[in-house]
Amino acid sequence: MSDVDEAVTRAHREGWARVVAALTRRFGDLDIAEESAAEAFATAVERWRADGVPPNPGAWLTTTANRKAIDRIRRENKRDDKHEEARLVHDDDPPEPPGAIDDDRLRLIFTCCHPALAPQTRVALTLRMVGGLTVPEIARAFLVAETAMGQRITRAKTKIKAARIPYRVPSAEDLPARVTGVLTVLFLVFNEGYLATGPDTDPVRHDLTAEAIRLTRLIRALLPEDGEVAGLLALMLLTEARRPARVSADGELVALHEQDRGAWDPALIAEGHRLVRERLAAAAAGVAPGRYQVLAAINAVHTSARDARDTDWSQVLALYDRLVRLDPSPVVALNRAIAVAELDGPEVALAAVERLGDELARYHAYHATRADLLRRLGRSEQSRAAYDTAIELAGNTAETAYLTRRRDQLGWSPPGAATETRPSPPVEGR
Amino acid sequence: MRYLVSVIDDKVNPGSTDRQPAISAFNERLIADGHWVFAGGLADTDAATVVDNRGEQVVFSDGPFVESKEYLAGLWVWEASDLDVALRLATEASEVCDRKIEVRPFR
Repeated sequence: MSDVDEAVTRAHREGWARVVAALTRRFGDLDIAEESAAEAFATAVERWRADGVPPNPGAWLTTTANRKAIDRIRRENKRDDKHEEARLVHDDDPPEPPGAIDDDRLRLIFTCCHPALAPQTRVALTLRMVGGLTVPEIARAFLVAETAMGQRITRAKTKIKAARIPYRVPSAEDLPARVTGVLTVLFLVFNEGYLATGPDTDPVRHDLTAEAIRLTRLIRALLPEDGEVAGLLALMLLTEARRPARVSADGELVALHEQDRGAWDPALIAEGHRLVRERLAAAAAGVAPGRYQVLAAINAVHTSARDARDTDWSQVLALYDRLVRLDPSPVVALNRAIAVAELDGPEVALAAVERLGDELARYHAYHATRADLLRRLGRSEQSRAAYDTAIELAGNTAETAYLTRRRDQLGWSPPGAATETRPSPPVEGR
Repeated sequence: MRYLVSVIDDKVNPGSTDRQPAISAFNERLIADGHWVFAGGLADTDAATVVDNRGEQVVFSDGPFVESKEYLAGLWVWEASDLDVALRLATEASEVCDRKIEVRPFR
C-alpha cells in the first residue's frame, strides 16, 4: 500500500464518523452528510496522490466534505424553505450544561440505534454512518444481497426524516435504556465477526470484531462513567485476545481448554483486565454491575489462568449465578451448566441442560453441549445423535469442523483426552 | 410536527372497557402541554361503509375495507417536536388506553 493510500485509510478509520456527524449537524440531513463524506474521501485519494498528504488530513476532509455538501445543496436547490421544513434530522440544539457530552458522533450513534428502527436496520445503519463500511461490505457481512441492504439503509434514512427521529443525545431519563440499545448493536456486530455465519465466509471476521471494538472504544471515550460500556469493551477485548488461538491451521474451532494460551494477545488481555478491575472497584463501592460487566468478569477469570487446569471454576459459577439473576435466559443457563459440569460432574450438568431442551431446541450450542456431556458419561449413541443435530444447526464452518471431528472420535479416546472437553457455546468454552 | 396516533384494539383479546376517566385526564394533559390537536373514539368496524366510485358506478359495501383481528378503535392527532416526544407520549397512551398504539408522522 502506498503512503497516500495508507494515509487515506487511516483518515477514513479515524475521521469518517466525525465528518459524517459534523455534516449531519450542520446540514440536518443524513443523506447529504453520507454522500458528501464519501465524495470527500474519494477526492482525497486523487488529490493527495497529486499534491501530497495535507498536514492535517482530518481538517482537510471536513472542509472538503463541507464544500461538497454546499455544492450538492445548491445543485439540488434544496436551500429553500421547503427544505428547511423537511429537514431530515433536526437539531433542536438544547443548551448543554458545561461538561455534558457534546460530541456529534454520539448524536449520530444514538440516531442510528434509535428504538423506532428495526434491530437489523440499526446494525446496518451504524456500520454505514458511524463505521464507514460500504453498503457492499455490510451486505457481505450479513449475507444479504447488496440491493436489499442498500434499500434497508435508504428506508431507514427515509424514516428518520419522515418521522423526525431526533439528532441528539437522549434526555437523562431515556439515556440508560438508549445506551443499552447502542451496546446491543455493537455486541451484535462483534458476535457476527466472532462467529461468522455462512458456508462461504471466514469463520472469524476480524473486520467486524475490530470495528465493534473501535466503536465501543469511541462510546467509552464519550461516556467514560458508564459501567456497562466499560464491561462490554472488556468483554470484547478479552474475547478478541483469544482470536489467534481459536481456529486451528486447518480451519477447525479450538475449544478454550485446548487453546495455546501463549498465542493469546497479552496487550488486549491486560487492557481487558484493567477495565474489569475498574468495575470491580466500582462494584465494591456499591454500584451493581450489569450483564456485560459480569460477562467480562467471567472472561477475566478464564484469561487469568495460565493453564486451563488452573481455571477457578467456582468463581466462574458464582459469576454465572449473578448473571442468571440479571438475565434469566436459557442461553445463560446453558453456559452456567458448563461451569457446573466442571465442579459437580457431567451428570448434574446434563440434568440442568436437558431442562432447557424445549426452549433451545433450535440452538446448535444446546445440542453440542448435550453431546459433550453425554460423551463424557460414556453414552456414545445418544452423544452421536446430539452431535448430528448440532452439526446440522451450526452455521459456522470452524464450528462444524470441530463438531464433526468430535462426533467421529466417539468411542475412540486418545490417552489423556477422555475427560475434560467442553463444547463451544457463545461465551463459555471458547 | 404532527403525528397520527392510532389506538389499536384486538377483537379476540380486547383491552379493558373502563379506561374513559383515565383517557380524559390524559387528554387534559395533552391540551395543557400543547400536544393536543384532535381526538376521537370510533364506533365498531361493523358500522363502516366503503365507497368506491372509481368505476362507472358508485359501489357501497357494508363493513370495513379490510377485515382483521386488529382494528382501529380511535385516534389522536398530536403536535410534537420530534419522534422521541411522540413516543414518550404514546408509551403513556398505551398504558392509559390499555391498547396498542401506532405513531405515524404526517407528511
